[in-house]
Amino acid sequence: MAEEVKLFGMWASLYSRRIEIALIMKGVQFEFIEEDLQNKCPLLLQCNSIHKKVPVLHNGMPIAESIIILEYIDETWPDNPILPRDPYDRAMARFWARFIDEKLIWVSWDAYSSKEEDQGKAIEEACKQLKALENELKEKEFFGGDTVGYLDIAAIMVASWFGVMQEVMKVELLTEENFPILRQWVEKFVDCPIVKECLPHKEKMVEFTRVLLKDFLASR
Amino acid sequence: MADEIMLLDWWSSMFGMRVRIALVEKGLKYESREEDLNNKSPLLLEMNPVHTKIPVLIHNGKPICESPIIVQYIDEVWKDKSPLLPADPYQRARARFWADYIDNKIFQLGGKIWTRKGEDREAAKKELMECLKILEGELGEKPYFGGENFGFVDVSLVTFSCWFYAYESCGNFSIEAECPKLIAWTKRCLQKSSVSSSLPDPLKIHDFVVQLRKKFGIE
Repeated sequence: MAEEVKLFGMWASLYSRRIEIALIMKGVQFEFIEEDLQNKCPLLLQCNSIHKKVPVLHNGMPIAESIIILEYIDETWPDNPILPRDPYDRAMARFWARFIDEKLIWVSWDAYSSKEEDQGKAIEEACKQLKALENELKEKEFFGGDTVGYLDIAAIMVASWFGVMQEVMKVELLTEENFPILRQWVEKFVDCPIVKECLPHKEKMVEFTRVLLKDFLASR
Repeated sequence: MADEIMLLDWWSSMFGMRVRIALVEKGLKYESREEDLNNKSPLLLEMNPVHTKIPVLIHNGKPICESPIIVQYIDEVWKDKSPLLPADPYQRARARFWADYIDNKIFQLGGKIWTRKGEDREAAKKELMECLKILEGELGEKPYFGGENFGFVDVSLVTFSCWFYAYESCGNFSIEAECPKLIAWTKRCLQKSSVSSSLPDPLKIHDFVVQLRKKFGIE
């Protein structure tokens, strides 16, 4: 009998939520193991000995890093594909997913956390990068086309984290005025039944983030 | 219709070298264009407006950016020759994981060794050696990271090997002393024409680094 699929995750981690969404979309049965990030279980540390982070998917063997796990899921359970079939479109999806994780989140954090005198410039830069992502939507309903795909799942950060950070840091980046198309995407994305089921409660996330950043917030 | 392939590149870029290796592995003809990174061409700015960086592969007029993404694209389009990623999804995930690890660690740490001084440099050296040891452990007894065949992780890491001499000179240490199997692996890779034709002479890289250190006043 095949070993059950396990997902080591954490309720407030949007990286974990990416994986949950993908598994549910594919109809894969899995056990979710909630990790206490202050006290990680030995099995998690063994499965991700390099980074010691969530999420980790365990399907007989462990796979770490959410963007990599998403591709693994798509290749292992090929029904309801989340990545495009065409190699060029796949390359574009991978590019934008990497952009979100390696550039967009960081420039946005700079914008949220900068001192007053630097904030104007930081906000300008973050908005420039958000605009680049918005332009990628073009005429499509979702980044994946007519249905949610790999890049939509990766962009959960835009759908959730930006709203949370706006409440915590009192800085709005994703305004209706500047980003009508991206805001429309957010509404459609969070309204999808599977996403609604997986997205953590905003108020809970705001509270969690306030606690996480309490030392930073106190020093301002 | 024949494919038109152009690579926007810079001679000492480990990331550009990865794409060169992949193109040669697949037996592809391409036009290479050397960018002046202090004066980026309109073509580069048009083809990579988000990052304005090389390498950029332009295939029949369409740009692909970011070296791991370019290499995977090449592997998927020209899939019948010299596959770089394994067929099994789990092995593919492992290969992507290690390529991502290399991207996140080696460039920054190596860069700190030749651009910083004193404690910063020593800390970077120590961490670089820890990472290289971890990678050496992942290689194990296999001829290549890809197993019997040269693969995606090999392409991702081997391009740093021409920078090792520069790192060692600036940091006054020997990578071979602590990671002999890794250095043996680099020599094995260099026997492949795709690698030897794509990597510049380590002495040339070293001289380039010396020039830059003088220019920026780094001891």
